[in-house]
Amino acid sequence: MADIRTEHYKSEARKALRDQTLLDALADVQARLGKGTAKAYRELPEGPGLRLKAHDIRMHAVENLDILLETLADNVRENGGKVIFAQDAATAVAECIQIARRHDVRTVVKGKSMVTEEIGLNEALTAEGMEVTETDLGEYIVQLAGESPSHIIAPAIHKTRQQVGRLFAEKLGIPYTDDPPTLTAAARKALREKFLVADMGISGCNLACAETGHITTVSNEGNIRMATTLPRVHVAFMGMERVVARLEDHDILFRLLARGAAAQHMAGYISYIGGPRQPGQADGPDAFYLIIIDNGRTRILADFEFREILCCIRCAACLNVCPVYGKIGGHSYGYPYSGPVGAVVTPLLVGIERAKDLFLGETLCGACKDACPVDIDIPRMLLALRARLVEGDRRWDLQPGRRIEKGAYWAWSLAVRNRGLYDALRWFSAQAQRPVTSGEGMIHRLPFPFSGWTHSRDIKPLARRTFMDYWKKVRKE
Amino acid sequence: MPGSQTQTVSLFIQCLVDAMYPNVGVAMLNIFRRLDIPVDCPTQQTCCGQPAFTSGYRRQATVAARRFIEIFENKEVIVCPSGSCAAMVRHHYPQLFENEPDWQRRAETVAAKTYELTQYLVDVLGIDDLGARYSGKLTIHDSCNALRALGIREQPRRLIARIADVELVEMNESERCCGFGGSFAVKYPEISTAMAQDKVNDILATGAAAVVGVDIGCLMNIQGLLSRKKSPVKILHIAELLAG
Repeated sequence: MADIRTEHYKSEARKALRDQTLLDALADVQARLGKGTAKAYRELPEGPGLRLKAHDIRMHAVENLDILLETLADNVRENGGKVIFAQDAATAVAECIQIARRHDVRTVVKGKSMVTEEIGLNEALTAEGMEVTETDLGEYIVQLAGESPSHIIAPAIHKTRQQVGRLFAEKLGIPYTDDPPTLTAAARKALREKFLVADMGISGCNLACAETGHITTVSNEGNIRMATTLPRVHVAFMGMERVVARLEDHDILFRLLARGAAAQHMAGYISYIGGPRQPGQADGPDAFYLIIIDNGRTRILADFEFREILCCIRCAACLNVCPVYGKIGGHSYGYPYSGPVGAVVTPLLVGIERAKDLFLGETLCGACKDACPVDIDIPRMLLALRARLVEGDRRWDLQPGRRIEKGAYWAWSLAVRNRGLYDALRWFSAQAQRPVTSGEGMIHRLPFPFSGWTHSRDIKPLARRTFMDYWKKVRKE
Repeated sequence: MPGSQTQTVSLFIQCLVDAMYPNVGVAMLNIFRRLDIPVDCPTQQTCCGQPAFTSGYRRQATVAARRFIEIFENKEVIVCPSGSCAAMVRHHYPQLFENEPDWQRRAETVAAKTYELTQYLVDVLGIDDLGARYSGKLTIHDSCNALRALGIREQPRRLIARIADVELVEMNESERCCGFGGSFAVKYPEISTAMAQDKVNDILATGAAAVVGVDIGCLMNIQGLLSRKKSPVKILHIAELLAG
């Protein structure tokens, strides 16, 4: 299981806000990818409406997951692969360790996979004495630095090339340089050596296809191809929602995924993997395993308000437009999934109360929904999470709490239906604000619970007369 | 001009306008008077319930929604100088009553005749020239709810284009959130302010003397930071601009 640090959202966000290197990198990635994605959608030959069709494809798959997963498993087995259903992170990790022991695995190369971050696979394999190497360049940098990814598809955006230069000088023993092509070539050389000797390759799965029994991987570096074909054993991990019914669905989804992720028309490499090497084939592993992970997804599926989040194909388009993510970066979210999708899916996976800052700490601006290649209504679910937090829900182990805030809203609800009471409260507030109103007519400091506003902003005081007062006076004219 | 011109407009005054920025309401009233459109304003109205709704207090939001519906359901057309309040009524009221069909029907009736000001002027009345005048350089901020929930982007620009002497300079990323987000701004002030700071930087980069918008909530946030930074740049609600 990955470390859950969602309780530290506020302090991590404050730390990020002071990190100018990070802020510059975030601004840069959002300026490039966020705007590019919107343009790429506009230029779709079918028009931006293709996103709605993609939504239907994904929703259809989510609503028929039981059948699709069974069909997928049957077809993978037919192709000579083995399929394991893992109910939780611990089971998934234990199964992988068993496979590794069975095949006498010492070294492992990995393609980038968010779900293996979620289950904490690398730490577990390393603890078993295996050498695990991430082979996506960004992920490799993060691994060498002993950190975790801060963006779903650009894991090392929080690092500058100078930092990478120093890291490579220390860890790879090359002379210091901050020249990206030289650094990339150094990583490539180091990684090639790992690919050639690795016993096991581990990958994620962007989307499986039920009717053919394929899994797919998407990359721009070609590393996943090597990780899944050179070693003797290939273990693929997938969240149980990452399947669609038909091969032709992949066409639409991958075109949108590439646009959402990196404003590309198509990713550099898309691999369809259908099991181990067959007799007569030149490449491929001797053994292929697919581990399908639940780890809380069934509970999401059972909840009509939230199952739409299972449509997500982890492209990170929402991160690239989110104004909050753009200020606090991925680490603040305290779990592998960050940004708007993280603000919904993380609380559902780790606990709504425990991760409440993630969905309370968003402005509901709606940019994420417009950027999503499968048109997921993230703002709707952020609102639904807030309502659950207030109302409590036994299915989600949530007690109704927040008594003080609830009392305040209860009092507010009395006032909104009674204009007399409403005016009286307003009058008292207007009296109370007098001492704090400055000469030039702004308030510089408000008491709790509004002090957050004046932390760094002023606010205009209540007017001496409301619009309603004015209207009552002039309506007869 | 369409026949809807003769409909009486009921003013749906956002609580922030009522209590803090009454001049915005006065400006809206003057716009309709100049157009010879009959206006009324139910004086029992308070708040549409959006603050409770976005904080997760749906039961309390429903109290506000019921009251609003009772007050406004027999009106001909309801116009609000705020995109987010209009979006609350149009989109979220019917959702609040999913388990109460009678109330849902009433909510839908009210939702169907509720408009944001520029949307009503341009899309319903077909008006873009109000004979207004403003000399100076302006820039415009697109408020999230108005933009994404109601599709309001061109309406204020069309109205501004017909104002005499005005110079509109588009800022970088006018569609990016200013960082207010309701209770978010007081619960996560550092994040909210960082977003507002970006917005203010984009505004200042245009050299405009004022930033105009269709929602006083966002403008209040922007004004708060401009004031703290002692900037001379002013905020201007579109109604004030059009009434000028």
